[in-house]
Amino acid sequence: MVEEISNTELQELIYIIQHQYGYDFNDYAKASLKRRFVRFMGHASVDTLVELKTRLQTEPAFFKRMVEYITVNVTEMFRDPGFYKLLREEVLPRLATYPIIKIWHAGCATGEEVYSMAILLQEAGLLERSRLYATDMNAANLEKANTGIVPMKWMKDYTHNYIQSGGRHDFSDYYTARYDNAIIHPSLRKNIIFFQHNLVTDQVFNEFQLICCRNVFIYFNRPLQEKVVSLFYDSLATRGYLALGMKESMLFSKERKKFEVVNGPYKIFRRKL
Amino acid sequence: MKPATGFDIIAIGGSAGSLPVMGRLVRELPRDMKVPVILVLHRLKNVHSELNKLMSTDRPIIEPEDKEQVKPGCIYLAPQNYHLLVEPDGTFSLDYSELVHYSRPAIDETFFSIAATYGKRALGILLSGANSDGAAGLLRIVKNGGTGIAQDPEEAEFDIMPLAAIELSNKIDVMRSDEMTTYIRTTYNNK
Repeated sequence: MVEEISNTELQELIYIIQHQYGYDFNDYAKASLKRRFVRFMGHASVDTLVELKTRLQTEPAFFKRMVEYITVNVTEMFRDPGFYKLLREEVLPRLATYPIIKIWHAGCATGEEVYSMAILLQEAGLLERSRLYATDMNAANLEKANTGIVPMKWMKDYTHNYIQSGGRHDFSDYYTARYDNAIIHPSLRKNIIFFQHNLVTDQVFNEFQLICCRNVFIYFNRPLQEKVVSLFYDSLATRGYLALGMKESMLFSKERKKFEVVNGPYKIFRRKL
Repeated sequence: MKPATGFDIIAIGGSAGSLPVMGRLVRELPRDMKVPVILVLHRLKNVHSELNKLMSTDRPIIEPEDKEQVKPGCIYLAPQNYHLLVEPDGTFSLDYSELVHYSRPAIDETFFSIAATYGKRALGILLSGANSDGAAGLLRIVKNGGTGIAQDPEEAEFDIMPLAAIELSNKIDVMRSDEMTTYIRTTYNNK
């Protein structure tokens, strides 16, 4: 069993993947990428790096499985309830002034944050005129997100988060429980569009009043973070909002001067003119 | 025990019953010690706690942001709901993937990454806890030439965590918390 991957070995894997399949992992944060590969090898019962490299080169289906495994990100509904409280109180009232509200969830994983946003918009009476674009590079994530299914076992935590975020409704009104799963109500999902978009290689595709990209930058190195902040800048309407994860900083970004800080601890920024 | 030659990083992990011990270790660190210290404590998600108060130390305990440089003399705490890793270039990186040993942050993940990044210049300390998180990580630190210390199971409020590590390797040292403090001070003074 492989416990550790050296920097050289990681470079070899990245090279193979890039040249054979066109996915570019060069600017991913190394420590977490290494641990994803090690975990994938355990998961797929691959005992040596030679075997991993050979199978990646000869089995496209195995490659697909690998990419879906290493880029899978867990997510939660109403993670960091204080963030959602701020959206309710500070951000949504501003967005309400637009005739059509366009929001981009970049790196949406299996959709839990998008559903949370849809609930906020619904409660603010804005959902009907909102369009939520939810993208991820991982097709398996998107397929799951499209079903609107969330494991029932997490609903207790999510309900708690929802209440902490200032939610005053009965959270169970937003889903139907079916055995081990909860299905988010279709009326909440009808204005959500899930599609594939790779932040590393793909471009601007629309203009938004709010971009949420929480806990995606942690997987990128600084140059890539810089590049993606610039992509977000170009994708935002003037005075549009950008929300990052609570431990993600724009401190290192040259682009930061183009944004004002709306809330420091919760990492909400706003595009300047 | 291998000669004390000083360390570039000290990581201390603990779960149930470890907070008072962790607090004491932090309070008794040499004031002018330059070696950065990383604390990994199993904590509740989506709840903000004031660890400084809980550990009754006046030294600032920093929850690092992503890609922040690991700085000399600082004490860091793994933020709730993230695994905390150190990159080869000496910056922190956070990871929000599956729970490990039912926990995020997981002690193993931080220990694995400092073992890879710091090798023999890493010191890992594993305290009281009621599951086996951290044991494999401590073993990795030792395998990579670093030093691993487990809290004396007799002293630990919950002995499962230190015992799990001790059973993995006889190269892992067993110490009471006062001995850990003495060891850190000695190691530090001899540097």
